Amino acid sequence: MMQNTSLRSATIAGFSILAGLLVVPFILDPYQTLLLTYGLVMAIAALGFNLLLGYTGLLSFGHSAYFGAGAYAVALSAKYLGVTSMEAFIAIGVLSTALIAAVFGAICVRHTKIFFAILAMALSQVIWTLAYKLYDITNGTDGLNIPFPTLLGGSMEFVGSGSYQRFVNAYYFYVIGFFIAALVVMWVIVNSPFGKVLQSIRDNDVRAEFIGMPVKLYRWFAFIISGSFTGLAGVLWIPLNRHVTPDVLHWPFSGEIVFMTVLGGFKSFIGPVVGALFFNYLKTYAIAWTEYWQMLLGIVLVVLVIALPTGIVGIISNLASRMRAGGKQ
Amino acid sequence: MALLETRQLVKSFGENRAVDGVNFTVNEGELLALIGSNGAGKTTLVNLISAFLHPDEGEILFKGDNINEWSPSRRIQAGIARSFQLVSLFDDLSARDNVALAIFRRDNKIGRVTSLAAADSAVSDEADDIMGRFGLVDKGDVRAGELAHGERKLLDVAVAFALSPDLLFLDEPTSGVNTRDKNQIMDTISNVVREGNMSAVIIEHDMDVVFTYSERIVAMHHGVILADGKPEDVRRNPDVIENMLGGVAPD
Amino acid sequence: MDIFVFQILNSLFYASVLFLIAAGLSLIYGVMGIVNLAHGSFFALGAYVTATALRAAGDVVPAPVLFLLLPTGAIVVGLVGLVVEPVLLRTLYKRGGEEYPLLITFGLLLILEDAMRFIWGGNPLPAGKLVEYLGSISILDLSYPAYGLFVIAIGAVAGIGLWLFVYKTRFGSVLRATSQDMKMASNLGVNTSMVYMAAFGVGSLMVGLGGAIIVPYQTAVLGMGMDALILAFVVVVIGGLGSLKGALVGALAVSFVRTLGIQFFPEIELAVLYIIAALVLLVRPTGLFGGKI
Repeated sequence: MMQNTSLRSATIAGFSILAGLLVVPFILDPYQTLLLTYGLVMAIAALGFNLLLGYTGLLSFGHSAYFGAGAYAVALSAKYLGVTSMEAFIAIGVLSTALIAAVFGAICVRHTKIFFAILAMALSQVIWTLAYKLYDITNGTDGLNIPFPTLLGGSMEFVGSGSYQRFVNAYYFYVIGFFIAALVVMWVIVNSPFGKVLQSIRDNDVRAEFIGMPVKLYRWFAFIISGSFTGLAGVLWIPLNRHVTPDVLHWPFSGEIVFMTVLGGFKSFIGPVVGALFFNYLKTYAIAWTEYWQMLLGIVLVVLVIALPTGIVGIISNLASRMRAGGKQ
Repeated sequence: MALLETRQLVKSFGENRAVDGVNFTVNEGELLALIGSNGAGKTTLVNLISAFLHPDEGEILFKGDNINEWSPSRRIQAGIARSFQLVSLFDDLSARDNVALAIFRRDNKIGRVTSLAAADSAVSDEADDIMGRFGLVDKGDVRAGELAHGERKLLDVAVAFALSPDLLFLDEPTSGVNTRDKNQIMDTISNVVREGNMSAVIIEHDMDVVFTYSERIVAMHHGVILADGKPEDVRRNPDVIENMLGGVAPD
Repeated sequence: MDIFVFQILNSLFYASVLFLIAAGLSLIYGVMGIVNLAHGSFFALGAYVTATALRAAGDVVPAPVLFLLLPTGAIVVGLVGLVVEPVLLRTLYKRGGEEYPLLITFGLLLILEDAMRFIWGGNPLPAGKLVEYLGSISILDLSYPAYGLFVIAIGAVAGIGLWLFVYKTRFGSVLRATSQDMKMASNLGVNTSMVYMAAFGVGSLMVGLGGAIIVPYQTAVLGMGMDALILAFVVVVIGGLGSLKGALVGALAVSFVRTLGIQFFPEIELAVLYIIAALVLLVRPTGLFGGKI
């Protein structure tokens, strides 16, 4: 079962964390604020990814395709259509990603789990190859630059002196808004009848079919929703960097999304969020420490799978129940 | 018109004709036992009717429609449901969720994505009620994978039952279950059948259960129907006695 | 006409290598139900190890002896496979859940890719001595590297050898029995741990051999592992996963399409392959000869 914390303690924890998040820009420097924004964006990506893995039982090694599609949709619409409004970027980005997810999903979900993983990976390579090779459109590995977007229907612009600092703070709160919205929406989805059907497909797709569930159709729906969340993350990610290269479509990036979800614990709702935030800091410091940080990632992943398959959330959950059991004696 | 009718149904696995020209009917409001030794073709027959397998020859008619090409989903929505011989549940979901899923399916609520499943108290209450009828009181919140074997068996039957089918197939619903629970299952099933809300076919090896609860017995052997009729007639049928009851007529 | 023959030979050459990769993948999946995501990295490892051996000995021993060093990559990768199975995979069998082997072999992929970068650095590692040595032969009016024919021969021999092993030896029938029904085989007294280890070892040996024989012709570079993995996936998508026949057919199909693609659409040749794979899948979800999927 998806690990259960009592609703009351979850709500209390949630509000405390929210309060903490809201004061960050006032107590930390811009670099830390920016770093945390990256973490929250990746948390949205991982949350979307886990709808497929944790809740539907489908492991995709190709989610960089949706993140990157969202990012490139922004970059291309900025370059060729002159779009500057963040809201427009989000609409365009999520829509394009949903479309791609619909097409790719239709190919992938007709297959059982191993072929699904293979196909998802191979399809994301297609998109990467396109971004890489269609130099005239995408600038290949040089990538594309995007100026600061305008927020809230153009009411907030970031030009002139001090604009960077202002942007970092304003955008941080903007992303928090989407982060909370993503959490709420995803939570309702996974606890809805639809979400329960997905979980039944995950647990026993044969029995699911024999109580009349349209297995392939619902897997497809889950795929589209999952891809769209990750695509939204890709859109939100762009303004932090204001530059995009094909790296964000490349398979190692898919691997990072998988890793952070497993790190946090893919059998829980909040695990991917925890994992994404953890990983965000882990990666920043690991890269600084060694250029072979991918190997470090691999080793940690192996250890996680063998010894700690329920991830950070699982560890905390076990400790909590042991403490509760100890306290009762 | 019979509720379900198979005409000259054939299914082979290699050279083995598991179902060999079977004409099987189920009438409305019947509780029927399908008996036979292992390999007689009982489960294959049920697999064919529930779309787990596709027949080589013959027709399956349900409420007059030929359902040979119908998907499992379509047959369920038409009113055929089944449980499985080897318990098949959604282990990581709670017992209540397992049953609730069937109810959501029955009521066409599976597409709801903007409301919480737990918030639908009509469904939760009915799920608890059904679980109660199958002896699973207070197990609603327990993860299905953590229930004892007997309880899992009960839950498996409860889930199929919760689809409110017109025709329910139960594949060895009482195997591995203690006597009290056996009676619970069979009492619940036969009550619903008697109320006129369902027909049931049970594949059974426990002859006590068979002779206590069924109004009609169909005996299969080597893919064909050996006998088909009232329990007292079937138990005196010489072919049945020779092939299935160990050559000795029961009392 | 000459170009035509040339392209055919090229396709066969490439198909040989692809076959070895796909056969290894299929063997492992067929017996164990596992796809090793580090399979491509094994390919690269085989290439790098053989390249190192060839370069080290290249100036010291006469060229014909170098042929004996070719299999070093295959052997090393086979040994790695024999270690990986018990250490990383065995703990997962009891646990069940298809995602765990995928996750752990993905971790292995990350480890190996960086390990290779650490050992051999970012520069390509050529080892072309054998190609030079064998020179070219004339076919019609064209000259074609004789090494290419050698590779085609190796592919054929390995394929036949593998087929004989799986279908004509006693151990092969044990392998097939275990792949059909693991529990049953175990009940009949088969040491399934040994069988799994052997299957993984042989499958790894095959893909290592693929890397080993391609490296004199095609320089070892970082990233060759990932390319190989994706190509192997396309092969098994088309030919099906779990059968040798499927690996052969898939390898030939992919190889010929690739050759045509390079000829006519050099820029997007990979994408053409993926599109074909997607089309095959739409029509036949299990590939042309797919089994267990």
